[in-house]
Amino acid sequence: MDWIAMGTGFTLILMGLYGALTNRNILRIIVSFTVADTGVNLVLVAVGYMHGRTAPILDEAVSAAQAVTRIIDPVPQALVLTAIVIGLGVTALMLTYAYKLYEVKGILDISKCKDLKW
Amino acid sequence: MIRRFAVFLLLLALGSIFVNLLMGYVPDSELNLTARYYAEHTAQDIGAANIVTAIVITYRGLDTLGEVTVLFLTATIIGMVLSQGQKHRALQRQLPPSGELLTTGSRLLVPLILLLGAYVFLNGHLTPGGGFQGGAIIASAALLLLLTDPLRRFSHRLISVVESVSGLVFVASGVLGILYAGGFLDSRILSTGTFGALFSAGVIPVIYSFVGLKVGAEFTSMLTNLAETEQS
Repeated sequence: MDWIAMGTGFTLILMGLYGALTNRNILRIIVSFTVADTGVNLVLVAVGYMHGRTAPILDEAVSAAQAVTRIIDPVPQALVLTAIVIGLGVTALMLTYAYKLYEVKGILDISKCKDLKW
Repeated sequence: MIRRFAVFLLLLALGSIFVNLLMGYVPDSELNLTARYYAEHTAQDIGAANIVTAIVITYRGLDTLGEVTVLFLTATIIGMVLSQGQKHRALQRQLPPSGELLTTGSRLLVPLILLLGAYVFLNGHLTPGGGFQGGAIIASAALLLLLTDPLRRFSHRLISVVESVSGLVFVASGVLGILYAGGFLDSRILSTGTFGALFSAGVIPVIYSFVGLKVGAEFTSMLTNLAETEQS
């Protein structure tokens, strides 16, 4: 189970990087970054997974006394919660800049932006 | 061509690193030291049934404050960048009316979505979910309203009031933690209550509710700012 999740996460990272490096359209680059972001989150969650254990929430099924032997690692989950939120902020900023680029220059192809190129 | 080759080489190198990591990965059979501490102490010290929430709000509360700050900065920068040089253009073309299904459906669904969002962030310390998730759900109601009527405008004043009040409550309860409990953002300034009840886990439900409102307001302001750029 964790192998599948982790392998998928690594594949998503590679796919996202490939898309971001080969595409020239800024919207496609943003989508690729989102895919890579998802991959990173998936790998992080998979690292915290442990066989035969359940979610780190205490209730009738998992009492506080047996929590140590019954729950998975809660730290990666808290980390991923942060990572998802920050990833959303980064995506929103990238989209804003893409919009601004289109408004000012009327292009989405970044290979045509040569202002800082010499 | 050379660039394609370089990209291919880079991905190959990264891929081999990943395969190596995957091959050498041995899943833990025991919780590590930090996780063990959280698993043993959360229930009696903090009183939150959801350990992830206890970590996010209390143990690593400062990180969450930073995270909320990053979100606030993102929303502000988006508003700033998009409003720059923005002329209020008149409507250039008539929008086709949104369909009957969307209009009626959004009228039915928006209150339910808002209710679900409030439920998710109020029960953040008991069930999966919390302020960030609830805030995102609330913002999805705003997105549905914008889909139904792209020209609908939300009050910027209301959004910024909700946002600043929530941020202030978060920081103020952190400072109260210094005065009345163990330190900054210590959630035990209110009693931890009975384990598993709605009003338990000290100040966590309060903080998470305001985080939910703040995140909802910030996402809504991002959506609104992006929607207002539409020159339709």
